[in-house]
Amino acid sequence: MTVEDAASSPAAPTTRKPGRRRGFVDRALTPRAPISPRASLIAGVSIWAVVLIVWSVLTYGGVMPDIFLPSPTAVIERAIVMFGDGTIWPNMWSSIEVILLGFIISSVVAVPLGLLMGTFRIVQAALEPLVNFIRYLPVTAFVPLFILWIGLGLSQRVAIIIFGTFFQQLVMIMDVVSQVPEDMLNASYTLGSSRRDVLTHVLLPAARPGIIDTLRITMGWAWTYLVVAELVAADSGLGFMSMQAMRGFQVDKIFLAIGIIGILGLITDSFFRLLRAKFAGWAA
Amino acid sequence: MSAALKLDGAMTGRPLLEARSVELRYASGRQSVLALDHVSFEVAEKEFAVIVGPSGCGKSSLLYLAAGLLDATGGEIVVDGAEVDGPGRDRGMVFQAYTLFPWLTVAENVEFGLKRRRMAAAERRRIVAHYLDEVGLAQFAGHYPKQLSGGMKQRVAIARALANDPRVLLMDEPFGALDSQTRGTMQKLLLRVWEHSHKTVLFVTHDIDEAIILGDHVHVMTARPGRMKATVRIDLPRPRSLEMMLDPAFIAIKRQILGLLHDEIDEDH
Repeated sequence: MTVEDAASSPAAPTTRKPGRRRGFVDRALTPRAPISPRASLIAGVSIWAVVLIVWSVLTYGGVMPDIFLPSPTAVIERAIVMFGDGTIWPNMWSSIEVILLGFIISSVVAVPLGLLMGTFRIVQAALEPLVNFIRYLPVTAFVPLFILWIGLGLSQRVAIIIFGTFFQQLVMIMDVVSQVPEDMLNASYTLGSSRRDVLTHVLLPAARPGIIDTLRITMGWAWTYLVVAELVAADSGLGFMSMQAMRGFQVDKIFLAIGIIGILGLITDSFFRLLRAKFAGWAA
Repeated sequence: MSAALKLDGAMTGRPLLEARSVELRYASGRQSVLALDHVSFEVAEKEFAVIVGPSGCGKSSLLYLAAGLLDATGGEIVVDGAEVDGPGRDRGMVFQAYTLFPWLTVAENVEFGLKRRRMAAAERRRIVAHYLDEVGLAQFAGHYPKQLSGGMKQRVAIARALANDPRVLLMDEPFGALDSQTRGTMQKLLLRVWEHSHKTVLFVTHDIDEAIILGDHVHVMTARPGRMKATVRIDLPRPRSLEMMLDPAFIAIKRQILGLLHDEIDEDH
């Protein structure tokens, strides 16, 4: 075999199959084939453009009455007014306060407890049946109960967020921890780790990316519970603002509240993505 | 050919690791399955011992028992005069699965055991540098495991185990997941590293070539339940090279071990 033969043979598998083109459409329709960053940006922006165009046609074109669907400019004008005179801030701040309080209290307990559940079978055996029972109860069913118990204030809404996220977080974090490969624990034992070392130097760091992912996902759910709580019983917040706007037929105000919730959700999501990259960059 | 034929003369040196009538039973449903049946063998200090056997013979379990990661249901394993009771850093282990800690760099992985012992930083650095150099990965010290190939990961795992200076190094088919070319490279590397350190090694494999080229003694096991069938002494000179696999002496030993194993495989089916 000559040198040229050896060099050319590895190229053989990359020969294209007959009739297969490498055009954009071909790539886009191939399962999981990568696309260029430009194509991905264009695709993402186009969808937004389509939504805006449809919205504009429906409103400026007079297809939908503005009492049901406000025009983009009406929403923007409403935003300028409410941010200008400051009436939006108490509602925004109220929502942020409730979600942060509820989410932080829930996470501060769920992360260590989930870690213990995923580490010690006895803790899992004790807590899992109860947690799984509570986990499937709809949070909304507890709103009347919490109003009776706690009243209509901020703590009632915080309680709903805790109730909605805590038990989910617990089970998800437990799963993350129990999925750390057994041989990784074994390897650390044979390197002289104590049982405590295994918990702090193996299970916790190994579970870190999964824990951050869990927090990111449950934060999204927390936003849902927040709005549910505010719609039913609240005296401030973005959900409350929507409820009030509904009574006054101010659809543009409802749209503004929804838009702000979406943006705040996006910000918290990016925060967790950054956290993930910073503290668990080693995981893909 | 069921009688255990001892082809071995007197072992040199005192046994550092000794398995005495080790029995392992585990529950499978309502039945109790016998995995290891009165297995006994010895590994002398500075010896490279290999266990071969058909798959499912419990040879890996034997290693986990020696590491203290499994509890025997009968008999005992004695290392350095003390009965094995739980894992410890005197018995380092290299696993078949990749067990590097993905959140630590290559150097930090090798440092892991040293840190648990609260060794001074300067001493740790010196040892890490030495063993990374031994396995030829000095320039990868700052890489993360996911950036390494399978063979490189196992080289780090070997460095990590050796850096911790165990009395015995247990190796559970460490090259089993690698392609044959990489496996050859790893065998060469292990031979070289072993010539330098002369660690006592207990190595489990199903690859007969690997067993012969690496080992001073090859312990052949029967199919389930696993029993010790024979111990074959490998008289090939040291230092060894992979080219020895073509020697008539090597082939004669291989024929002998293949014969022992074929009995088992035939009985199995």
